[in-house]
Amino acid sequence: MDDTRFRTRFLVWTWTVFVLVALYLPIVVGAVASFSRSRYFAFPVKAWSIDWWAKTVDSIEIGMIVRNSFLVAGFVTAIAVVIAFFGALAFARYDWKGRSLFQKLVILPIFFPQPVLGLALLLWFSALGIQTSWMTAVFAHLVWIVPVVTLVISIQVYGFDPTLEEAAFDLGCSRWQVFREVTLPILWPGIWSGGLFAFLLSWGNFPLSLYTAGADSTIPKWLYAKMVAGYTPMVPALGTMSTLGAAIALILGGVVVLLVRRLRAA
Amino acid sequence: MSEPAPAALPVTAGERALSLGAKCSLPVAVLLALGFAAPLVAIFAFSFATPRSFDVFRSFTLANYATLFDPSNTVWLSFAWSIGFAFATVALLAVVAYPIAFGLDRVFGRAASAMSLLFVFPLFVSENVRLYGWTLFFIKNGVLDGTAKALALAGGTDVLYSPGMILFGMVYTYLPFMLFPITLGLAMVPRDIVDAARDLGAGRLTIWREIELPLAMPGILIGMLLTFVLGIGAVAEAKILGGQSVIVISHDIEIAFTYSQNWPLGSALAVIVSVFVGALTLWGLSRLDLDRLLGRR
Repeated sequence: MDDTRFRTRFLVWTWTVFVLVALYLPIVVGAVASFSRSRYFAFPVKAWSIDWWAKTVDSIEIGMIVRNSFLVAGFVTAIAVVIAFFGALAFARYDWKGRSLFQKLVILPIFFPQPVLGLALLLWFSALGIQTSWMTAVFAHLVWIVPVVTLVISIQVYGFDPTLEEAAFDLGCSRWQVFREVTLPILWPGIWSGGLFAFLLSWGNFPLSLYTAGADSTIPKWLYAKMVAGYTPMVPALGTMSTLGAAIALILGGVVVLLVRRLRAA
Repeated sequence: MSEPAPAALPVTAGERALSLGAKCSLPVAVLLALGFAAPLVAIFAFSFATPRSFDVFRSFTLANYATLFDPSNTVWLSFAWSIGFAFATVALLAVVAYPIAFGLDRVFGRAASAMSLLFVFPLFVSENVRLYGWTLFFIKNGVLDGTAKALALAGGTDVLYSPGMILFGMVYTYLPFMLFPITLGLAMVPRDIVDAARDLGAGRLTIWREIELPLAMPGILIGMLLTFVLGIGAVAEAKILGGQSVIVISHDIEIAFTYSQNWPLGSALAVIVSVFVGALTLWGLSRLDLDRLLGRR
């Protein structure tokens, strides 16, 4: 019995590590390509250089694109968290007539093919006579990201004990006080991870930005344009920088959660 | 869940919660009405406009649908590719993800949350960056080819830009969407029942077939549905790893909207895909208890 158990554990670990290596392999390959000196990628890399990184950092065009990505992701995060917070209360906290229908409708956009959604939004904007720009991209991202963030916060809301709110009301708190002193602090970790999801998903989104950002480019959109026509090692360089940025955001987000937990425990 | 309050009270908690829930849903409802429902209505309206025109609401014709269902039109081929890829992706991913999900639930113990994070992170890296990494890996003089040549093996094999490569890219991209629902499903299997079955002398295969698989099925099904639907809409894999050797359905829609500037035809195609995907999703969701799956109560 113990022998088969051991074998199962061994196989599961091996398989998982193998898949993880495959998962990160293309990201590593991109990083390697960005440090190769030659204009065209060839493996094994004969000469290394950080010139392409320097050129990428110095490029004014890329500066604008990074700024756009930050603008879009920043606005998406701020708006998505507020909307999704109330959405999550409707999703998981309150019993109300339309709840079951609401839950299904919220999940529908997550399943919907993003390229099709992007094109439908493009057509809709043009029918309304709205010029597409990074601002319309913010709206497009929200359509897909708010449902995701709603789910993320909902999971926290499911573990929320409504009697805590009721107790605060009974003790004479106003609705605003209950919200600020009870509801928000308890749901805070869910809201924080929801915000992190919103930022990172917007940062990496390609299909929606492609059709709805108009003349403005974001990092994934610029990378795709260069992949299709006109490869330079700046493509993997910017791709790697963007990945590192996402990793740093994720790590910082995790550290903040740990710190707050420790402070509260103390 | 709040208990239904006694009817004698003038303002019951139940009544207050009802109106509050509806109020809280408003921002999301407005966003989705303007950003999701309205664009779909727009493509629906556009699909009945004169082909190659932009006069929506002023003309009504079924010509676009007639074009699509015309047997001489090869658009059915794109549909067939997309559905085939989606089915193959689901089948492969179920096999790839199940052992990992099992590991996350039972084997990895304290390492499980760190492992989950490692599987989530690639979702935050733009899919075209990751797929392009594979292009650099498989391309002529790339990592695979270069390594083979350095080892004096037969290099120069061209695996890129083929349907198999597209399938590989899809399995790669959609792994997390299969993995986490299965993990959720497996977490819903009560350990006591597994232990009880073992005590009663059931073999490992019997336990798996009779207990684990059926009880984890809601999670497995949601993972399959999710990856199938995403697979139907997938386009980046075919464009980046497939080198446009195969045109999938989303690519056809995009071509109609961009190069051929035939918005009504593109809309008609988009309507068909949307109805297919929407019906499938709502059917799947209607069979699931979301509260139980997400809230575990």
